[in-house]
Amino acid sequence: MLDTMNVDYSTRIPNNVGLAEDRTVLRALEGWHPGYIDWWKDMGPIGFQESRVYLRTAVSVDPKGWAKFDYVKMPEYRWGVLLAPQEEGRKVNFGKHKGEPAWQDVPGEYRAMLRRLIVIQGDTEPASVEQQRHLGATAPSLYDMRNLFQVNVEEGRHLWAMVYLLHKYFGRDGRDEADELLRRRSGDADSPRMLGAFNEATPDWLSFFMFTFFTDRDGKMQLESLAQSGFDPLSRTCRFMLTEEAHHMFVGETGVGRTLQRTCEAMKAAGIEDPYAIEKIRALGVIDLPTIQKKLNLHYSLTLDLFGAEISTNSANFYNAGLKGRFQETKIDDDHELTNATYPVLKLVDGQIVKVDEPALTALNMRLRDDYSEDCARGVERWNKIIEKEGIKFRLDLPHVAFHRKIGEFRNVNVSPKGIILSDSDWAKVRDQYLPSLADGEYITSLMKPCFEPGRYASWIAAPKVGIDNKPGDFEYVQIAA
Amino acid sequence: MAGAPRKLANGKAFIDFQTEPSRYRHWKLSVQGETATLAMDVDENAGLFEGYQLKLNSYDLGVDIELADALMRLRFEHPNVKVVLLRSAKDRVFCAGANIRMLAGSEHPHKVNFCKFTNETRNAMEDASQYSGQRFVTVVNGTAAGGGYELALATDHIMMVDDGSTAVSLPEVPLLAVLPGTGGLTRVVDKRMVRRDHADVFCTIEEGIKGRRAVQWRLIDELVPPSKLEERVKATASDLATKSPRSGPAEGVKLTQLDRKFRADGIDYGFVRLDIEAAQRLATITVRVAEAASAKSAAEIVALGAAFWPLQCARELDDAILHLRNNAYEIGTVIFKTEGDPEVARAYDDLLEAHRDNWFVHEIRHYWKRVLKRIDVTSRTLVALIEPGSCFVGTLAELAFAADRSYMLLGQFQGDNRPAATIELTRANFGAYPMSHGLTRLQSRFLATPDKPAQLEAKIATALDADEAEALGLVTFALDDIDWADEVRVFLEERASFSPDAMTGLEANLRFAGPETMESKIFARLTAWQNWIFQRPNAVGEEGALARYGTGQRPTYDLRRV
Repeated sequence: MLDTMNVDYSTRIPNNVGLAEDRTVLRALEGWHPGYIDWWKDMGPIGFQESRVYLRTAVSVDPKGWAKFDYVKMPEYRWGVLLAPQEEGRKVNFGKHKGEPAWQDVPGEYRAMLRRLIVIQGDTEPASVEQQRHLGATAPSLYDMRNLFQVNVEEGRHLWAMVYLLHKYFGRDGRDEADELLRRRSGDADSPRMLGAFNEATPDWLSFFMFTFFTDRDGKMQLESLAQSGFDPLSRTCRFMLTEEAHHMFVGETGVGRTLQRTCEAMKAAGIEDPYAIEKIRALGVIDLPTIQKKLNLHYSLTLDLFGAEISTNSANFYNAGLKGRFQETKIDDDHELTNATYPVLKLVDGQIVKVDEPALTALNMRLRDDYSEDCARGVERWNKIIEKEGIKFRLDLPHVAFHRKIGEFRNVNVSPKGIILSDSDWAKVRDQYLPSLADGEYITSLMKPCFEPGRYASWIAAPKVGIDNKPGDFEYVQIAA
Repeated sequence: MAGAPRKLANGKAFIDFQTEPSRYRHWKLSVQGETATLAMDVDENAGLFEGYQLKLNSYDLGVDIELADALMRLRFEHPNVKVVLLRSAKDRVFCAGANIRMLAGSEHPHKVNFCKFTNETRNAMEDASQYSGQRFVTVVNGTAAGGGYELALATDHIMMVDDGSTAVSLPEVPLLAVLPGTGGLTRVVDKRMVRRDHADVFCTIEEGIKGRRAVQWRLIDELVPPSKLEERVKATASDLATKSPRSGPAEGVKLTQLDRKFRADGIDYGFVRLDIEAAQRLATITVRVAEAASAKSAAEIVALGAAFWPLQCARELDDAILHLRNNAYEIGTVIFKTEGDPEVARAYDDLLEAHRDNWFVHEIRHYWKRVLKRIDVTSRTLVALIEPGSCFVGTLAELAFAADRSYMLLGQFQGDNRPAATIELTRANFGAYPMSHGLTRLQSRFLATPDKPAQLEAKIATALDADEAEALGLVTFALDDIDWADEVRVFLEERASFSPDAMTGLEANLRFAGPETMESKIFARLTAWQNWIFQRPNAVGEEGALARYGTGQRPTYDLRRV
């Protein structure tokens, strides 16, 4: 009997999918493995491959006790294939196949669609590792460095998860696509990653935190909708990935939170009440709140673009076919077919931003984006609590969804964070009030000084409340190789 | 579906095939030395009809009319251009093909005629390459789907960026339950010689094929890293320019605007007149030869430019045919008549023959060839009426040979002192204007007696009266004036009573006796199947693929194989 709860470490590739008995897929994955390690060495974190990092490794997919912490050199990390356990009698829960037993194999008519979904998801996983590879050198603490590397190895494992699906279910095309996932490189002029936002470098740690808060949250929404899939192996894979994704968002939320905390504390200590006294605040070696708002504006708007066009035939097809559902599909009270339903969509009509009812099937991107925005807003409120508690009069806000967009309805208009349409010349005048300017970037970069002494933190960020794995404050999360 | 006729955008009353670069909405034609760039930049809000947007460089007939115009100008106005780069001005999108919403909402006759015209336009690209040494290079910088890839297929060399996502595809079958009907299927196997099993795979994958496999399977010629693209495009252009035999002067002949006068019942051009009798479902196209052949030398011909009778006449005839095809679906029969002095018509043909190596004359003859081909595939009954005063000589006689039937008057009409009608062959009838299947109209006409065309060469420049023309098989019936009016009337009335569909099928099957070529297959095989599929519920029914496209719902098919 296959043990689908605990991870089998007897094969070179840890797994809970019975690879020891599935020789063909094991062979394919073993063939892919050296290329992956080469990719990690070429494109993974720069400069710390020989360092021992205190990382967690999955030993079971049981949500309660799945992780074990230990020091490991990243290239020796035991990446593997882990799926949430199969649910007895699971059904396709939406679309035209609603009520049919969930598919354990790929239905022929949806093979191409499914492959595309998996490849697009898979492409984002190594991309973020590539985007963040320079950050180790400027880590504000060993604690943060360790979190970065944990995120990185887990993104690597998510790549493994997608590659497993490609190898197991998509034959030669799947193997070719898996190879391509290693060939593409974030920001490369000749073979860029598939989605625009994954070709932008992550220049500094505040960007990294914003990225893990906003962009990994898009990842969470995508995984949530794929976890609803009628293709059961995809659903199970994504369900397990979500448990890891939660940590990434924790890194983002607390990272920004600690930055806010530090700024507010420094302001108070210096007796500065006005959050817009930027020069004075910067002189304290912390990041002023208005600049943090600009970073938020940037990352939120870039991430909204990842949801694609508001009205999308592809997402309608995916849904109707039972391949990709809505966020928390099974908890929604409707017919789960949406053939007659409508959904309000923000559109640009005659130069005005208005809500228009559109067929719900084609408006699924919009719906997922709305769910995403709500989720973000809750996180932003938690940040505001930190500022409030420190007694600083300032609020962070999500900008309007039409602000600074490159994809979808609003790609051709300039819109302020409050949702006011601006002319090109007006926009040019106010742009630097809403988005990080060159000078803002230079200032943040100037703060990015490494702080590698156990228990110490860079000037601009507060220490965390508790350590990872309940370790004490001066724990050496990364033993940096000489 | 597709019941109510669609409204033309901007209050237009008819589809106009005349345009010029300053009026283009969707293309940018620029010329640099021997290389021209034809950049597709479709204005999504400038569709020909109301009710759809031309997103992602998708096209409708309006986009193709501009392309056809640009191709004509490249041949006449830019005789020194040896290489044409077909590109997209949009980032990461080449062309998404014919616009689906336009197709889904179009009347069937519009769809068929749209497709016919786009096919003719793609053929014109191949014609320019084969006969005028104007080589076409496609630069695929992003999605080239369906008609977008078919556009590329019509060119000589397809280069594609190797960015990991750009692919070529023919997704019509899996996505829309129709065919890549603008030459796609035919060119994949007959031109690019993609192996049939590979083609089968390719044509059923919605997302298409990218990267190395696209080259291995012969779907494209070359894969280029994005950073090397411009360099490779330049090198390819200069390489092809070196090999091109085209050697025209820098200065070409300006294709001036046609002078047209629209009447309620027709159009008057300089040498062509279109008369429409709507009640009889009849159109008459009368072609008049110029008063005299004024030019003698090649230089004089070039100096006349667009006013040179053979060119002006061909352009007018072309426009009249296109107008009928796309704006007058109910006209079932087209009568060709000619007027003028046979001496002059012969003199023009001789002039063209004598200066056939001059670039301009060369282009004019090939243009006449294309106009006559357009007539061949026009799905209306074509009749030539050869009466006193007519001028069916050489090039103009091809109109009679293109017709489904020709009637020639024996002798004179009572009370008309013009001499009896004759017809006359010139060298032009023996190879200048092959049909799409490669034969001349005379070769195809006399398939049972292959020696006959050669024997007919002995009759060149001989005025053939009705008896002789009938005896030689050059006309269908020679009738005297007692029978003429009644016979012609009865024929036309009978014709008008038949099913238009059966007529279209009948004529298309009888007109092209003889072998097939890639070009003839596109019209005879591909479009015929496509038009059948386009009528079937699996494509256009309420639950068919075209109606369901974009809704997210899957089509329901009638699963019986026919």
